[in-house]
Amino acid sequence: MVVTEQHIDQKLFPVLEQVSDPEIPVLSIMEMGVVRTAVIENDIVKVQITPTYSGCPAMDVIGEDIQKALLDAGYQSEIELILSPAWTTDWITSKGRKALEEYGIAAPLDAEADKSVLLEGQKLVKCTNCNSINTRLVSQFGSTACKAQFQCNDCQEPFDYFKCL
Amino acid sequence: MKTDLYKYILGIADNSLILGQRLGELCGHGPSLETDIACTNISLDLFGQVRSYYQYAAKIIGDGRSEDDIAMLRKEREYVNVLLVEQPNRDFAYTMARQFLFDVYHLLFLNELQKSKDETLSAIAKKSIKEVSYHQRFSSDWVKRLGDGTAESHQKMQNAIDGLWTYTDELFHQTEADKIIVSEGIGVDVTVLKAAYYTAVSKILTESTLKVPELKWFQKGGKQGIHTEHLGYLLSDLQYMQRTYPNMKW
Repeated sequence: MVVTEQHIDQKLFPVLEQVSDPEIPVLSIMEMGVVRTAVIENDIVKVQITPTYSGCPAMDVIGEDIQKALLDAGYQSEIELILSPAWTTDWITSKGRKALEEYGIAAPLDAEADKSVLLEGQKLVKCTNCNSINTRLVSQFGSTACKAQFQCNDCQEPFDYFKCL
Repeated sequence: MKTDLYKYILGIADNSLILGQRLGELCGHGPSLETDIACTNISLDLFGQVRSYYQYAAKIIGDGRSEDDIAMLRKEREYVNVLLVEQPNRDFAYTMARQFLFDVYHLLFLNELQKSKDETLSAIAKKSIKEVSYHQRFSSDWVKRLGDGTAESHQKMQNAIDGLWTYTDELFHQTEADKIIVSEGIGVDVTVLKAAYYTAVSKILTESTLKVPELKWFQKGGKQGIHTEHLGYLLSDLQYMQRTYPNMKW
C-alpha cells in the first residue's frame, strides 16, 4: 500500500501526458505528479494515483479520464487511489511550474517561504501579470483547496498562488 | 478488537464530519466572499479526510455497510463526536473560535496518529496534517484579528471563547475502546496532549489580548453519544436526502 518511488512504464508516458487536471487544464496529470504507478500486468494497466488534497473533487474525474485515455490507446486499466506517501508540491515538475505561471497561478515557494508569506505577510510571491513582488495576501484559501488568493499592489491584478503542501 | 477499532475510527471521523457540516452551512452565507470560500474549503478538506476514515471503518467492520451508510444512516446517539464541533455557528467569532479550539487539538492529535502502527491510519494522518496546519493558521489568524481588533470584535471573540471553553476538556477524555486501541499502539493517548493543548491555546489567546477562561467545570458526553440539542437539527439537514429518498445517488 505504501509506494515510495514513482514507477511508470515509459510506453505509457505519451498516453498519460494527454490527461489534464480538470481544474487546471494547462497542466497534465504527469506534470502535477499525481500518477505514482502505471505498469502493464497481464494486459491490464494498473494505475495508482494520489490526491493533491484529501477532498479534491477532481480525483474521480482524473481516474475516469485516465481510463478513457488508456482505452483509446488500446489498454484496459484499473485505478487505485493511494494516500501514502502524501502528495507534495515538490512533485510538480519544472515544466508544470512554468505552465502554472503562464496560466496565471503563482507556483509554490518552498515550505519556509510559504509560511512567511501566508503568516507574516512577507512579500515573496511574484505577480503572474507584471512580475512585481509587491503583492499581498487576500485570503489563505482560494478558488480550490490547493490555492490562496493574492493581489498585486503595483498592477492591481488579482491572482492565485499554489500553496506549498 | 475489530469492534473497538471500528469505534475508535468513528471517534476520529465523526468530529470531522460534524465540523465539516457546520462549516458547510456557511456556503453562500459567509460574512465576506473570502471567508465564505475559506470555510467551505476547510469543510471540503474535512470531508475528504472523513471519506478515508469511513472507507476504512467500513472495511474493518465488514458487515456490508458502505462509507455512506456509516456517515449518513446512524441515529443521533450513535454519533460519537465531541460536543465542541456540533455547536452552532452563531456569529463569525463563534465559528472561528470553535475552529481554533478544534484545530489546535486536531494538529496535536494527527501529529501523534502519524506514528500509529496501523498503516492506513498513519497514512491518513500524514495526508491530513498538511491540510490541518493551514486550517490552524487561518483560525488562529482570525482569533488574533478579532481579539486584537475593535472593542466590539474583541468582545465578540471573548464571548465566543468563554462560551465554548466548557467543551474543550472532553477532547482529552478516553472511552473504553480508545484505551484498548491505545494499548495496541494504534491509537493516540489524548490524555498526554492536554498540557500542550492548553499551553498553545493560551499563548494565542494572550497574543490576541483575550483572557484565558478560568472555568473549572466542563461539559462531556459526546464520546458516549449523549449530545447537546444542536446535533439533532444538524443531522436532520445532513441526512435529509438519504432519509427521504433512501439509496439515492448523486
